[in-house]
Amino acid sequence: MNKLTDLRRFINRDNNIVQLLIITAVIFLLMSALEPHKFLRYYNFESISFIFPELGIVAIAMMLAMLTGGIDLSVIGIANLAGILAGVYFTRLYPAAPDAGMTAELLRVAAGVILALGVGLIAGTLNGLLIAKVKITPILATLGTGQIFTGFCMVLTGGPAIVGFPAWWGFIGNGKILGIAVPLILFLAVAVAIAIMLTRTPFGLNLFLIGTNPRAAIFAGLRTDRMVLYSYMLSGTLAALAGIVLSGRTNAAKSDYGTSYLLQAVLISVLGGTNPAGGKGTVLGVSIAVIALMLLASGFQMMRFSNHLIDFIWGGFLLLVMVINVLRNRGK
Amino acid sequence: MTAVSKLLRRSEAAVLAILIVVMIVIGVINPAFWQADNLFNLLRANVVIGIMALSVLTVMISGGIDVSFPAFAVAAMYLTVIAMNAAGYQGVVLPFIGATLIGLVCGLANAFFIHTFRMIPLIVTLGSASVVRGLLLGLVGTSIINIDRMPPSLIAFGSSTVDIGGSKLSLMIFIYIGIALLMWLFLTRTMAGRAVFAYGDDAESAKRVGFNTRRTVYLVYGLAGALAGFAGLLHSSMIWLANPRDFVGYELDVIAAVVLGGASIFGGRGSVFGTILGVFMLTLIKNSLIIMRIDNTWQGVVVGCVIVIATALTAWRDRKALV
Repeated sequence: MNKLTDLRRFINRDNNIVQLLIITAVIFLLMSALEPHKFLRYYNFESISFIFPELGIVAIAMMLAMLTGGIDLSVIGIANLAGILAGVYFTRLYPAAPDAGMTAELLRVAAGVILALGVGLIAGTLNGLLIAKVKITPILATLGTGQIFTGFCMVLTGGPAIVGFPAWWGFIGNGKILGIAVPLILFLAVAVAIAIMLTRTPFGLNLFLIGTNPRAAIFAGLRTDRMVLYSYMLSGTLAALAGIVLSGRTNAAKSDYGTSYLLQAVLISVLGGTNPAGGKGTVLGVSIAVIALMLLASGFQMMRFSNHLIDFIWGGFLLLVMVINVLRNRGK
Repeated sequence: MTAVSKLLRRSEAAVLAILIVVMIVIGVINPAFWQADNLFNLLRANVVIGIMALSVLTVMISGGIDVSFPAFAVAAMYLTVIAMNAAGYQGVVLPFIGATLIGLVCGLANAFFIHTFRMIPLIVTLGSASVVRGLLLGLVGTSIINIDRMPPSLIAFGSSTVDIGGSKLSLMIFIYIGIALLMWLFLTRTMAGRAVFAYGDDAESAKRVGFNTRRTVYLVYGLAGALAGFAGLLHSSMIWLANPRDFVGYELDVIAAVVLGGASIFGGRGSVFGTILGVFMLTLIKNSLIIMRIDNTWQGVVVGCVIVIATALTAWRDRKALV
C-alpha cells in the first residue's frame, strides 16, 4: 500500500518534469527547423551556457522563497547591490596596486566575492526578519526592501554604471575551465547543492511542510520562523551570487541592470513546477525551465524578433503554462 | 470616550496624524514648503498616481493584487495619442473614453484568467503586463511623441488651471476628487461595492451568501483597467508628451501608497479616504526631498523605508495569535 502511493507520487512528480522535457524538445526542434544554420551551431549553445546561469540562479532563489508560500521581489535589487558594492570596493576602496602579483590580485577578488555574498546574506536576513518576525507579507516586505536596495545602488553610483572590475572578477562571468563556462559550473554547483539540501536534509523537508500547511507546521512543533528566516537568507545569498556573475560577465554594475529578470525569475520558477502558494518545487524543474526559455529566446533573437516581442512571448508563455497546469489538475 | 478611541484606532487617523507631523517637520526645515505654488504642485502630483491608487485599492479590497495597471495605462495613452494623430482628431471627451475602454478590455482579460482558471492575481498581472508592454513596444513603436506632435487639445486640457491668490491650481485635481467621490459611493453605498468587500474577506462565504463572485471579479479588474487607461491619458496630457516606456516602476509606488493608506493586502479592508492620504504621504515624501535639501538619489531608499515601516505597522495592527 505504502509502496504503491510512493510510486504514484513519483510518477506524478515526474509528470511535471516529463511535460517540461516535452516543451523543451518542442522548442528545440521548432527552432532547429526554423533557423537550422544559426541555431544549431556550437557557438549558440556556448553563448547560452554563459548567459543562462545568472537567470537560473535568480530563479532558484525565487523558488526557495516560493516554497514557503512567499515570494522574493528584491532579488534583482540584491544582485545589483552586491555587484555595485563589489565595484565600489574594487575601484574606490581598494584599487589594484600597479605592481600587484597574481596572488595579491586573486586575494583582492576573493575579498570582493566575500563582500558581495555578505551583502546578499545581510539583505536576505533583513527580508527574513521582516517576514518571519515582524510578520509582514512577503510580497510587501520584499517590495519595500527591493526598493531600498535599488535605492542604495542609486546612492552609491549616482546613476551611471560602475566599470573597471579586475580581470579575475571577469573570469567568474566570462572564463572557461576545461572548455566549460565558469558561470555554468557555478550554476551546476548551486543546483546540486540546493537540490541535495531540499531533498536530503531536515531543513529542506521543513520548508516543504511549512509551505504545504503553515498552521499544521506550527502545531507539529516546527520552528517555522527560523526556517523561513534561513530560506530568505539563502535566497539573498544566491541573488548576490547572480549579481557577481552578471557584473563579471558584463564587466559593469548598474542600479537598473537585469530588471526584466524579475518577471523571468517568477516565470521560470512557476514554469518549473513551483507552486507559488507553497509546498511544491524542484531544482530540476527550474533548471529545465530556464534552459527551455533560453532556447526560446535565442531562437527568436535569431529570427530577428525585437527584444520587446520576446517580452511579450515570455508573458504569454507564463499565462499559457499556468492555464495548462490548471486544466491538467482539473482533469485529475 | 469610546467614539474618540475608536476614531484613533482607525488607520486613517494614524496616517493623518503622521502626515501632519511630516508636513510640520518639512515646513520647519524649509519654510518655502508652505508657499501656495509648492502646495499646488504637490496636489497636482497626486492626480495620476491617485487615480491609479484608487484602481489598485478596489483590487486589494477584493483580496487580489494588480501589477499590470502601469502597462495598461501606457498602452491606452500611447494608442490613443497615435490614433488621434493619425485621424487628425482634436477633442478631449472621445479620446478619454477611448483610453478608458482600452484599459477596460485589458482589465477584463485579467479577470478572465483570474476567474476562469483560478490563477493567482500576481502571476496573471505580471504576465499580462509583460504581454501588453511587449506588444506595444514591439509592434506599435518605441519613439516618444513630443510636445510638437502631441494633440493641442489634450495639452490645452491638461494645462487648464484656476487662479487662486495669484497661484495656479491645476483643474485636474477636481477630476481626481470627482473620481474619488464616485469610488467612495461605489464601495460604500452600492451592493456591487459591498460585494467587493465580502469577496475579499472570504470568497467562499460571499458566494454562499449569494453574491455573484464572477461578476465581482470582472467588475474589480475591469474597473482597475479602465481607471488605469484614463489615468494614462491624463498623465500624458499633463506632461505634454506620450512616452511608450512611461510608468515603469509605478506599481511599487502605487501599491505602497495604498498599503500606506491602511488597506490590507489580504482583502476586505481599505478605504478611499485612507488611500488618498496614503497617496498624499508618498508624493509629499518623494517631492519634498529636494526642499529638505536631501540629494535626490536617496529617493528610492526613503520610499523603501516608508513602505517597510508602514507595512510593519499594519502587520502589527493585524497581528493574530500563533499564525
